Amino acid sequence: MSKILIRGAKVLGGDAQDVLIDGETIEAVGAGLSAEGADVIEAEGKILLPGLVDLHTHLREPGREDSETVLTGTRAAASGGYTAVFAMANTFPVADTAGVVEQVYRLGQEHGYCDVQPIGAVTVGLEGSKLAELGAMHESAAGVTVFSDDGKCVHDAVIMRRALEYVKAFGGVVAQHAQEPRLTEGAQMNEGIVSSELGLGGWPAVAEESIIARDVLLAEHVGSRVHICHLSTAGSVEIVRWAKSRGIDVTAEVTPHHLLLTDEMVRTYNPVYKVNPPLRTERDVMALREALADGTIDIVATDHAPHPHEDKDCEWAAAAMGMVGLETALSVVQQTMVETGLLTWAAVADRMSYAPARIGQAKGHGRPVSAGEPANLTLLDSAYRGEVDPAGFASRSRNTPYEGRELPGRVTHTFLRGRATVVDGKLA
Amino acid sequence: MKRHLISAADLTRDDAVLILDTAEEMARVADRPIKKLPTLRGRTVCNLFFEDSTRTRISFEAAEKRLSADVINFAAKGSSVSKGESLKDTAQTLEAMGVDAVVIRHGASGAPYRLATSGWIDAPVINAGDGTHQHPTQALLDAFTMRRRLIGPDAGLGQDLSGRRITLVGDVLHSRVARSNVDLLHTLGAEVTLVAPPTLVPVGVETWPCEVSYDLDRVLPKTDAVMMLRVQRERMNAAFFPTEREYSRRYGLDGERMARMPEHALVMHPGPMVRGMEITAEVADSDRCTVVEQVANGVSVRMAVLYLLLGGNEPAVTHTRTEEK
Repeated sequence: MSKILIRGAKVLGGDAQDVLIDGETIEAVGAGLSAEGADVIEAEGKILLPGLVDLHTHLREPGREDSETVLTGTRAAASGGYTAVFAMANTFPVADTAGVVEQVYRLGQEHGYCDVQPIGAVTVGLEGSKLAELGAMHESAAGVTVFSDDGKCVHDAVIMRRALEYVKAFGGVVAQHAQEPRLTEGAQMNEGIVSSELGLGGWPAVAEESIIARDVLLAEHVGSRVHICHLSTAGSVEIVRWAKSRGIDVTAEVTPHHLLLTDEMVRTYNPVYKVNPPLRTERDVMALREALADGTIDIVATDHAPHPHEDKDCEWAAAAMGMVGLETALSVVQQTMVETGLLTWAAVADRMSYAPARIGQAKGHGRPVSAGEPANLTLLDSAYRGEVDPAGFASRSRNTPYEGRELPGRVTHTFLRGRATVVDGKLA
Repeated sequence: MKRHLISAADLTRDDAVLILDTAEEMARVADRPIKKLPTLRGRTVCNLFFEDSTRTRISFEAAEKRLSADVINFAAKGSSVSKGESLKDTAQTLEAMGVDAVVIRHGASGAPYRLATSGWIDAPVINAGDGTHQHPTQALLDAFTMRRRLIGPDAGLGQDLSGRRITLVGDVLHSRVARSNVDLLHTLGAEVTLVAPPTLVPVGVETWPCEVSYDLDRVLPKTDAVMMLRVQRERMNAAFFPTEREYSRRYGLDGERMARMPEHALVMHPGPMVRGMEITAEVADSDRCTVVEQVANGVSVRMAVLYLLLGGNEPAVTHTRTEEK
């Protein structure tokens, strides 16, 4: 059976329509389509979105297969409604050569849950001193277009300038993890009222904002585009807004957790809330939501960062930074952006599919839900309400900050080029 | 009172006054020929020290022994912790051995809170200093010293420190003593002023229940007690201040500055002092300096805390008086 009829779904949250999939493509979209010869999925009341695209995922393979593998990570991605993820370069060995990026790319293809587009390191070993072979990674089978030292900042202004210039030759983009290293030595959490009381080393907003300000000016100077990873402060929003108004080619992402959680959570000293950049204040959260709504921030990216239990079941200072996010991202966006009236579902499709695919040049992803397009689709039961139970995660790791929290929405089906990777909320 | 003592901010005014009053009774025991009470006989207390701190450890140990507890000292150096054992496993090991209370000193802020709230262990946890977060028994012994000196051992019973003006000087940013003292002194009704170079005051201090000044000379004449915090020389290398000499000149306490304080005002220091840095020898050795008294009071206050967390509801000393008859 190669035909599937999704019946009565609200396409991008609009009127109920039928969507007919034939093989790898969408054959027709309309009312009252014939179900002849097709498997029917009753989708009345559900929201149909283009398959989600995550520009910022840590799959940990090679090197840290105890926390995640390409297989478990892509299963988690499919569960969360994703059909493509960009895998960050901070693996062991670092994805700074054509060999490593090709391996990660092929593993994604073999497993078939979700397309994996490797991100190449900007500098050799993420050390910030010598450019990696960016051209070779671009020309490899993986076709790398996004480069990032994520986890570390490309802090040397000259190296950053050269990287921004160099990738212009093949239309690449540098994704910056904006963190001034000297200002964040020993940093454990957002620097502010809560850190002053808890006695934890501060990670000041200015350490992010100063790098973003520098990099948008560098991008303007050399005529390149730059992407800002996990923007987390109100000040960063203002800088990006200013840069865009000036015509600078900058894009920016925000994580689901920075749209929902604040540094007040750190009062529990529970390292499940330890993340980099850190959880900020309520004021920052509100500014980020507003910026995502008005388009200053282009996309939601998960920064899915799996860690084994022992790296979180300890004292705060000893714990690893990062949270898993693929399986809860859409729910958090529904709660923080849709149910607050800040975004329509059509705009969610833009922030979580079209725009990330465009920034990362993911072929065949982030396409409209219309006839002739690849059948990369996500079906969401937005009426669902349930507590997050990490035991049910497909990810190998459980370091979610949402355990026991009620979140809305559940992905019931995900289609990768017409093939269901998730059926009735379960991996196919 | 809560089951654990993690932060001075956890104590209500009545909790704090009860601890100070109990400590006063404990101090009287120290004046007897036999300084021991049977209160914690058969109970085991573990001093779990992940950070070197001879004076705090000895103070707790003395307090535990005076209450007749069995004492286990666990120093992380040379133990399984130095071989990579986690806090959780260490805690569960102690739990399995049946300890009745854990006194913990740890370099990581929040480690005692994690120990008390993660379900790793059932026993009451007493924070003996965690990172740059809290050191509640230090704040209690400081408050005890102030009450004794400013009001009197007997007159002070049942009293708080309402209206007393207390000044803390030095490295507030890295000081758990400062955080604990601000919380407790505020709870006890005192007016607290922090004095430090701006580099050693944390961002966010504006929400603390205290005043902040950069000018020691202006504050001293209106101070009932000044507490000098230790300043580590290494801070100089991280550009918190230019030189040791400049620090001493602007924020150190010497005889001339001490003379600007009211006659009754105390000079306090949590120790260990860096003589010549934040305090001159002349001041440290003067009659107004309570450093040695603070050490003695530390034992009484820790006895009171252990008694109240472990000993139940019976009065501490009257109980033993009956036994003595």
